[in-house]
Amino acid sequence: MNPTMTRSWTTVCTLDHLDPDRGVAALVDGVQVALFWTADGLFAIDNRDPVSGAYVLSRGIVGSRGGVPTLASPLHKQVYDLRSGDCLDLPGVAVARHDARCRNGLVEVRLRQEG
Amino acid sequence: MSGGELVVIGNGMVGQRFVDALRARDPEGGWRVTVLAEEDRPAYDRVRLSAYFDGVSADELNLHTPHEGVRLRLGEPAIAVDRERRVVSTAVGEYQYDALVLATGSYPFVPPVPGTELPGVFVYRTLDDLAAIRAYAGGRRVGAVIGGGLLGLEAANALRLLGLSTDVVEFAPRLMPVQVDQAGGAMLRRYVDDLGVRTHLGVATTAIRSGPDGGVAALELSDGTAIDADLVVVAAGIRPRDQLARDAGLPLGPRGGVLVDATCRTADERIWAIGECAAVDGTCHGLVAPGYATAEVVADRLVGGAATFPGADTATKLKLLGVDVASFGDAHGTTEGCLDVTFTDPATRVYAKLVLSDDARTLLGGVLVGDASAYPTLRASVGGPLPAAPLALLAPDGGGADAGALPATAQVCSCNAVTRGDVDAAIADGCADVAGLKSCTRAGTSCGSCVPMLKQLLDAAGVAQSSALCEHFDLSRRELFEIVQVRGIHTFSRLVAEHGRGRGCDICKPVVASILASLGAGHVLDGEQASLQDTNDHFLANLQRDGSYSVVPRIPGGEITPEKLIVIGEVARDFQLYTKITGGQRIDLFGARVEQLPQIWRRLVDAGFESGHAYGKALRTVKSCVGETWCRYGVQDSVGLAVALELRYRGLRAPHKLKSAVSGCARECAEARSKDFGIIATETGWNLYVGGNGGFRPRHADLFATDLSTEALVTLIDRFLIYYIRTADRLQRTAGWIEAMEGGLDHLRSVIVDDSLGLCADLDAAMARHVSSYSDEWRDVLDDPDRLRRYTSFVNAPEVPDPSITFVRERGQPMPAGGTQPITLGLPEVRR
Ligand code: SRM
Ligand SMILES: Cc1cc2nc3c(=O)[nH]c(=O)nc-3n(C[C@H](O)[C@H](O)[C@H](O)COP(=O)(O)OP(=O)(O)OC[C@H]3O[C@@H](n4cnc5c(N)ncnc54)[C@H](O)[C@@H]3O)c2cc1C
Ligand code: SF4
Ligand code: FES
Repeated sequence: MNPTMTRSWTTVCTLDHLDPDRGVAALVDGVQVALFWTADGLFAIDNRDPVSGAYVLSRGIVGSRGGVPTLASPLHKQVYDLRSGDCLDLPGVAVARHDARCRNGLVEVRLRQEG
Repeated sequence: MSGGELVVIGNGMVGQRFVDALRARDPEGGWRVTVLAEEDRPAYDRVRLSAYFDGVSADELNLHTPHEGVRLRLGEPAIAVDRERRVVSTAVGEYQYDALVLATGSYPFVPPVPGTELPGVFVYRTLDDLAAIRAYAGGRRVGAVIGGGLLGLEAANALRLLGLSTDVVEFAPRLMPVQVDQAGGAMLRRYVDDLGVRTHLGVATTAIRSGPDGGVAALELSDGTAIDADLVVVAAGIRPRDQLARDAGLPLGPRGGVLVDATCRTADERIWAIGECAAVDGTCHGLVAPGYATAEVVADRLVGGAATFPGADTATKLKLLGVDVASFGDAHGTTEGCLDVTFTDPATRVYAKLVLSDDARTLLGGVLVGDASAYPTLRASVGGPLPAAPLALLAPDGGGADAGALPATAQVCSCNAVTRGDVDAAIADGCADVAGLKSCTRAGTSCGSCVPMLKQLLDAAGVAQSSALCEHFDLSRRELFEIVQVRGIHTFSRLVAEHGRGRGCDICKPVVASILASLGAGHVLDGEQASLQDTNDHFLANLQRDGSYSVVPRIPGGEITPEKLIVIGEVARDFQLYTKITGGQRIDLFGARVEQLPQIWRRLVDAGFESGHAYGKALRTVKSCVGETWCRYGVQDSVGLAVALELRYRGLRAPHKLKSAVSGCARECAEARSKDFGIIATETGWNLYVGGNGGFRPRHADLFATDLSTEALVTLIDRFLIYYIRTADRLQRTAGWIEAMEGGLDHLRSVIVDDSLGLCADLDAAMARHVSSYSDEWRDVLDDPDRLRRYTSFVNAPEVPDPSITFVRERGQPMPAGGTQPITLGLPEVRR
């Protein structure tokens, strides 16, 4: 319903800065983004854990639930669908999703903000 | 009538359950539903409201599920019902209805004494109430609660959690007068006294007085005394919210509430009432279970069913104070000719009473204080034959109360009206675990107190409960350990490809990480292993609520030189860390940012410190008392042994953390019997105790062997630890491991003393490998640029510190800025 404002792509790092299944945090246009490189591709979500308010999601454990690529918050272990940002344990809770891609060995992120 | 416009007034627990139940029965959407809600947030779990003060967020209490064809108007209370035109009006509009359901709940009763309007006087009903209490409590010291019932005690506990000293004023001569009898109330009071909550019984509050700042300052009591209070919670009972019905000319119950019949319909055939606002056949019920029953009845009726109110279960259990209190059925023995059996043990502080029919054959009700383990089974047996002899039932461990003996009609889950028959039917249909039973029958999904009974019923039906670790592995931790060991697997990806499925999760990955570490598969942050580590192992430090970390250097046995103390002080000062002496005889430094961790450890390692593994499921500390070196009673060098043991087992990864202590004589100043392995000196050697812990379910360690030489002692501990690491379940401490072991302590003795399984040589060798291959994890990180590069704030801005981590100074030290919610270190049993 809300118009989606798209921004431009920001180069964050080279792909070899990422380890498979282990997140890193990045600062993109002043927003803390958690970046993951998994067997299902690159994913970017807000680094802020919506349940606790702490900026820690980049330190969570990557995995899968019923085929869905997931991330578990390191603080209280709520699990999020990396594709949609939806929390699979708490209905109605979600973390913002951003776009991520790799071009010529460079990882790029584009913020997606509802507004 | 089974379709049209339906308006629901109130989106509380029962209003929400009603909408869920209707949607389940009316999937076609014959009813278009509008829910008018006074509160600004959708339905939440009021029963668990107090958990908010334990750090459970408002989101976690959410009960609301959106449904198609249901519109929810938050913050839009109904103001009037016009029965003639069939419209409900709010401040912003009118809603036409073909059927109207009132689910407005109750409001807190505030006794008419002067001063209740003062700032600092609160009620305890909504999340907003609790948020206001928390905000006002900051900086205040003394609180009081008016009302010593279930709700009043919950509120008192909340004030304690907020750091206020607390008084409770109760008009009746005992606490929880509705639920417990005089003797039970007396026992309960002793527990409440121990918590530091002062009780004033048999007195009324006559006035609330203000202080110089205009806020509340004191309560005046009917006995002429006064108590200080700068925050007051009124929890003196509830009254049904029946104003809308009253104004619309609908009949009310004798003590208020919207009068309905057993079908929950009012005198107007289009209007129904459910939950606490309904007076079913004249009686209002202030609990959620009967409320849910009314929701189900009306949902059924609206789709043409013939359900009637089944009668109320008024069983209650005190939550959150850490005291077991339960009351069920005819707890006060009001049935004609009934008998009661009571059991009082002042030493263990257990009181129990069963109320039986005049022929002593049928259980009518009961009260339990101090130990409510028999509660689920007893409650389910009310109205039926006793599941065992009364004394066996009352035995403090509840040993006689086995759910397997219940008849099919017994109600196992009263919150959701599920009988044993329903559970057995679900099991016969293939439900093989508690999660399955929850989703098939709803049993266990509300207060959770019936979950242990669900397990017993699965056992009784002969369903072997799955030991599968998670959806990715059908194996238990122990089976995985064997596979990893025997097949020599070194990576998670190979293990999951060959023996599991999917990509793993936050349950199986740390388990495998721990198994690999126990088997000595290299540094925990190397290669793929790094991605398996749990939160704290991720950066070899303990994650705090604000995203910063704590640092705990090892201080073996608690013995430390002045030079090293000074280094810790200097490091804390230079990095501006909060310092605290821990319960494990060492020093914790808090508030470090990720990128500071290597710099901090560089300084600590250079001064001779090493990792204390406070972050790992590993050996934590071996505490010591000062022992014979100084103490006039000591008979052995307890510090020397503690240091040696801590150095021997440091870095040993296990299914859960491991703790130990050594005391220099039987006075036991090191509290060794509360440890996984504890040692107490004797005139001639050492006594070894195993399987103790503090924490969530405290347990004293059992005496395992006596008068051992130091060498024999170490051999036994070596074997004990390796056998535990190989065979325990995920997150199972040694106490639970021994309790679950077939044959218990005797079996353990036969394996590690008598070598009945021929394992000892192997266990000894495994420990020898651990001891010889130990190296400090932190030193290894500092020596390796590849591991170090992980410790940055942002991959694209390593020089920018995380701006969300900020501090304020309190008591001369930095503390996290932005709220000090209590931390939950482990959930008490009564919560889900
Ligand atoms: C720092 C300390 C409190 C203090 O300020 O004194 C502490 C702090 C924590 N405890 Fe503890 N416990 C501390 C002594 C204890 C003790 C007392 C003792 O060891 O003598 C106990 C009860 C004894 C016992 O464990 O049997 C204790 C029982 C727990 C438990 C419950 C364990 C249980 O079996 O029920 C947990 C939860 C868990 O481990 O799953 C826990 C978990 C934690 C964690 C690790 C929670 C976490 O994951 O973040 C806390 C980490 C704080 C940090 O960042 O450093 N802590 N904790 C103590 C550190 C001792 C040390 O030097 O290592
Ligand atoms: C701290 C606490 C602990 C409790 N513990 C237990 C327990 O352990 N066990 C147990 O069984 N019960 C317990 N209860 C009671 C339990 O919460 C209630 O029985 C249950 O919530 C009743 O549900 P309800 O939907 O009838 O009322 P509520 O949950 O109160 O919901 C009624 C809703 O209707 C709204 N409303 C009122 N008037 C209007 C209007 N005119 N227009 C629109 N909306 C309106 C209210 O704002 C409210 O949101 C506890 C209650 C509290 C406060
Ligand atoms: S346990 Fe014994 S030796 Fe140790 S300090 Fe206490 S009294 Fe002294
Ligand atoms: S008895 Fe409350 S959930 Fe079953």
